[in-house]
Amino acid sequence: MRAGQSLRGSELRRMEGSRFNTGQLLLVISTIILVITVVLPVAMIVYNVFFYNWSFDWSLFASMLTDPDNLAAMWNTVKISFFVTTLGTVVGLFFAWLIGRSDIPLKGLMKSLFVIPYMFPPFIGAMAWGLLLAPRAGYINKMFMALTGGRTPLFNINTLAGIVFVELCYYFPFVFIQVSGALERMDPTLEESARIAGANQLTVIRRITMPLVVPAIAAGAMLILISSLSHFGVPAILGFSNGIFTLPTKIYELIYRASGSFEGIRQGASLSILLVAVVVLALALQRRVLRTGRYDIIRGKSMRPMLIKLRGWKAPLLAVCFVFLIVTVILPLFTIFGVGFLKAYGVPMKLANMTLNNFKYVLFESRMARDAIRNSFFLSITSAVITMLVGTMIAYVIVKIQPRGKGVLEVLGILPYSIPGIVLAVGVILTWSGAFYLNLYNTIWIILIAYIARYMAFSMKSASASLEQVHDSLEEASRTCGASHFESLLDVTLPLIRPGMVAGFFLIFLPAMRELTTSLLLYGPFTRTMGVAIYSINEEGYTVQACALAGVAIIIIVIGELILRFVTRERRGQ
Amino acid sequence: MDQVVLKNVTKSFVTKAFGKVTAVDDVSLNIREGECFSFLGPSGCGKTTTLRMIAGFEDLSGGEIWLGDRPVSIKAKNFYVPPEKRQLGMVFQAFAVWPHLNVFENVAFPLRIQRMSNAEISDQVKQALKHTSLSGLEEKYPSELSGGQQQRIALARAIVASAKVLLLDEPLSNLDPKLREIMRFEIKDLQKKLGLTIVYVTHDQAEAMALSDRMLVMDMGVVQQVDTPTNIYNNPANRFVFSFLGLSNFVPAALHDGLVWPAGSASSNLECEIPRDWDDDRAVLATRPNEIQLTPEGGYRTRIKNRVFLGDYVEYRMDIGDTEIRVQTHEHRDFKVGDLCGVRLGKVKWYPAEEEISDDERERRKVI
Amino acid sequence: MAEVRLDRITVQYGKKTAIEDFSLHVRDGECLTLLGPSPCGKTTVLRAIAGLTKLCSGEVTIGSRVVASRDRKIFIPPEKRNVGVVFQDYAVWPHMTVEANVLYPLKKRNVPRKEAKEQVNDVLRQVRMADYAARLPFQLSGGQQQRVALARALVASQDVVILDEPLTNLDANLREEMRFEIKRLQNETGITVIYVTHDQDIALVISDRIAVMDKTGSIRQLGAPEELCGNPADSFVYRFLGLSNFIPVEIVDGEMWVRDIAGAGGGADTEPTSFPYPVPAGMHNRQFYAACRPMDIAMSRDGADGGAATCGTCGTCWTHGTCGTHGTHGPGETRESLRGRVARVIYLGNIYEYRVRVGGIEIRVQQDSHEAFKGSTFCEGDVCALSIKDIRYYEDVEEVS
Repeated sequence: MRAGQSLRGSELRRMEGSRFNTGQLLLVISTIILVITVVLPVAMIVYNVFFYNWSFDWSLFASMLTDPDNLAAMWNTVKISFFVTTLGTVVGLFFAWLIGRSDIPLKGLMKSLFVIPYMFPPFIGAMAWGLLLAPRAGYINKMFMALTGGRTPLFNINTLAGIVFVELCYYFPFVFIQVSGALERMDPTLEESARIAGANQLTVIRRITMPLVVPAIAAGAMLILISSLSHFGVPAILGFSNGIFTLPTKIYELIYRASGSFEGIRQGASLSILLVAVVVLALALQRRVLRTGRYDIIRGKSMRPMLIKLRGWKAPLLAVCFVFLIVTVILPLFTIFGVGFLKAYGVPMKLANMTLNNFKYVLFESRMARDAIRNSFFLSITSAVITMLVGTMIAYVIVKIQPRGKGVLEVLGILPYSIPGIVLAVGVILTWSGAFYLNLYNTIWIILIAYIARYMAFSMKSASASLEQVHDSLEEASRTCGASHFESLLDVTLPLIRPGMVAGFFLIFLPAMRELTTSLLLYGPFTRTMGVAIYSINEEGYTVQACALAGVAIIIIVIGELILRFVTRERRGQ
Repeated sequence: MDQVVLKNVTKSFVTKAFGKVTAVDDVSLNIREGECFSFLGPSGCGKTTTLRMIAGFEDLSGGEIWLGDRPVSIKAKNFYVPPEKRQLGMVFQAFAVWPHLNVFENVAFPLRIQRMSNAEISDQVKQALKHTSLSGLEEKYPSELSGGQQQRIALARAIVASAKVLLLDEPLSNLDPKLREIMRFEIKDLQKKLGLTIVYVTHDQAEAMALSDRMLVMDMGVVQQVDTPTNIYNNPANRFVFSFLGLSNFVPAALHDGLVWPAGSASSNLECEIPRDWDDDRAVLATRPNEIQLTPEGGYRTRIKNRVFLGDYVEYRMDIGDTEIRVQTHEHRDFKVGDLCGVRLGKVKWYPAEEEISDDERERRKVI
Repeated sequence: MAEVRLDRITVQYGKKTAIEDFSLHVRDGECLTLLGPSPCGKTTVLRAIAGLTKLCSGEVTIGSRVVASRDRKIFIPPEKRNVGVVFQDYAVWPHMTVEANVLYPLKKRNVPRKEAKEQVNDVLRQVRMADYAARLPFQLSGGQQQRVALARALVASQDVVILDEPLTNLDANLREEMRFEIKRLQNETGITVIYVTHDQDIALVISDRIAVMDKTGSIRQLGAPEELCGNPADSFVYRFLGLSNFIPVEIVDGEMWVRDIAGAGGGADTEPTSFPYPVPAGMHNRQFYAACRPMDIAMSRDGADGGAATCGTCGTCWTHGTCGTHGTHGPGETRESLRGRVARVIYLGNIYEYRVRVGGIEIRVQQDSHEAFKGSTFCEGDVCALSIKDIRYYEDVEEVS
């Protein structure tokens, strides 16, 4: 036995005690952070809607609820979400099945192409479609009118159907990704045994494959539903001009019209409660649907599934895939960059009309654009770093230390999922503009706080996932090798979750770079973000400059996405 | 009559990392009506691929497969009957029981596909459930049942449509050992009761021997031996078959002066008979640990290196020349570590002294 | 090297008591196996020794040092206990090379780099992994990772190494090889080894002593493998240590008869079957069980030759159930043999296994096929006589899992 090992009782007690306290301490810190960033804004909304000068008063809420304009907005929200969800599910399912179970060529390429819409900021897509299909000025409509010689446009994008179409293009990957994953994990022998039992390929799809991917479909459909319920960008860009409002855009409009007055914010807050109620209802529905059908289908030898031979259908279906990709990805992309290079909006897209001036303008000349790029980088990097670190800490508490009361943390952590960005922004305004002796309004910090609250759930989820991969025995092994709890954390756990943390960073950085909703309510004169800048330049009618800035944003996002892929691929190799 | 006939069946894959790999190499085989026939071999030997070709899940790269007098795959004519038209029953390793259907509907599925009347379906399902001791569980869902019960569902589903040929792909390897033994008997009984022809794929030699009327040992895509379990165990065709069917000792030896000299031993020789037709001056002598006798006197003299008590028997280790051998004996005569004893090899099989297949080649095959 | 003492320890997880009032003394330099069905708290015992679990009461001593005591408020954390642990899932750190994995404990103990390197090389050579020092764990097979884990544990402690079912995830051949490997290493290093498993084959191979634990976490018997097999304390230990038959018998008129068990699926053979062995002394009930191992039953053709059967006492030949010399039943006395019908024949290569239906029950008989081929093998439906050596009697049969 080595000397110095026999510690006295008091030291031991302290050591035992200190470890116990580390857990408790981390729990307390984590809870405080979540309460401040997440719970407080929500509480402030509820308080400000139902209380006035410290006394209960629900007249405001009642009047908001009976206002026909607001009811129309709610009805629009429900209609849009319904159609986006139904159509998005059908589209996602179709492509997932085509790639997962048929012998269609170029699968790898298509798989990566189909998730591109997922990273494309929908409001930039909406801008692009506006440029193409605005009733009079849209390029496609103009071409159509020139061809037919008439005055009726091909399609008016500034309608509910237009909004549904654009949201659909960017939200179907939710179902696509979920179902593709389920099909990949599904034991192929489940389908093979049906074949052996005498069922032909179509029967197998109908009777076996489809029922088994129902949970995945439901999960993806709910993601679409919740996203489109709380979605702001597309209806804002396509709907305002035609007087079409949804709940999120109505909330924005109320606050914007009142130019930040307290009354306007209270009205916005009232609608926010309505919106949250709708979303919570949808989430509750999701829980129910998912509970009824949780199958364990991830089993079996890794055999290649039997692929359905498309034979004569191969070429037409491949064409459908590519047309769809061209419409959802290539066309908007081409439009944004194309218009970004134009001397003025409206002129034909010819080389003679092209110029680099717009890019020069947004990158070097416009103070606002430059500020916006800088602000977005600052906000995205800072919020990603902070959220990633704090999220990892909270996840460590939940997954590894497992103190009593971790359930509270879990609930608080996923709460922001059910709070739409616009609502969170309202709450942040109510909380951080002087209510607690701290007025951050018009500063960049208020946006940072909102981002942190918004992305905490992402970070916790990705950190939990990578921590769960690190089996307890790995840390225990290093304890028995002579490393203290802290040293084990440093030498074993941290290096093992590092790739996960890097991926987590990008999972926050990327959406933060293209964020619009929250920033739009919180920005001040010098704290525009890239999303805000694109939106306001566009609203002010400087279309070509807005497109140039959007092009810059897309390039940044694509680079980020490539880095993320590289990082996660490396992790898979281990 | 032969129920399953394979004629020169070949299957090769092209993989990115290794180029062309022949998974099944020119296999010809007749499986008779009513027999239980096993494919035995290590993982990657091609046994599952062969079974999947019989089922119709894999294309052939060459050859023909017949079910009875009906061709189902003929490569030369590009003729292929899809799995659902082959009228087979199949049970998979991972049970492949449909989680969204209850026990009754799982078993009824093949009959529903045939559009049978409800009364008939109910009748036949009941019969199948009785055969597999599942009666009373009709309303349960697979997730509520144990692994053994799930595998019974799969079995019931395979026999319900009265398929004459049953394909089983390692059906017991996901079960615990106790259950595995019970299920083994149930499968055997079912086969006898219903007169089924069973094609059984396994890597477990005990399972194959316990179940089969005849079996095939396969390695590297090539059939090594086809015979009854007893004949294969007692007369393995080559070293691979010998080593795959149980514990084994291989002693390389040189022959001169009509005596057998184990490698590394210049001074003493092994007392054993040289087969009359043996004309090489080198050989590998194969024996099973329980076929070796230890005697206090005589035999090949060596010292006990290791002794382990294993309940039913005692295992010793010792060197013959520079080869370590294991001996298992039930006899009460006891040796201690360090004791000098005599070794007499029993039931020796003689194999040529060529190299074994390299591990790399085995690794290469694991990818398919 | 060190002895390990557990003195009346109790461990609870939340409200669930994993082990209660558990005492065990592991001698210096021995290999002791905790053998029991899962879950029986054996892993908890191991974690209590390593310091990965806290005690609710009791005391753990390693060598001369008390490492955990509830009453004295002592808890030495795992990193200061000097106990090497090999986990069931190996827990080899995937981001470190084999060498770095094994070097880590030495680094934590501030062993000078050169000395540490030498020690690592030594131990890697011992576990036959020297050629793989620069590899990362994902480049290794399960068995190789196992060896790395073993090497790391050996470096972590020269006193005590604990192994938690480290072989369950390996395939049969590798498992067999590794158990001898572990035994060899223990012999070479003289380290105290505590091994936890539910597999009696492994326990018999590697242990100096075995502690058989039941589901409640208490020790049923502690002793050397031969002792346990030769003299099992109760039916639980008997069943756990190998294949067994438990034949229900009852005493009627001073003779033993095979008892019919309702629902055993007998049917055809319902006539009373005599169990022709002397009534054991000291049984409290009229009904009890006769236990025997499948390997200890000899089969012969009824009335034909019977040459293969031997008397349990003197090893000489039985004829028609009569011992040639004296048997356990006195010289000259003639007894009926236990008669049955072969219900099933299972050929397992080295072993012939029969299921023989006797009365309403089925008895499992195994014969070395080497022996079986010398005599004659039986077919399904054959009538046969069984003679059993080494019968033990138990009042009841306990489920082991």
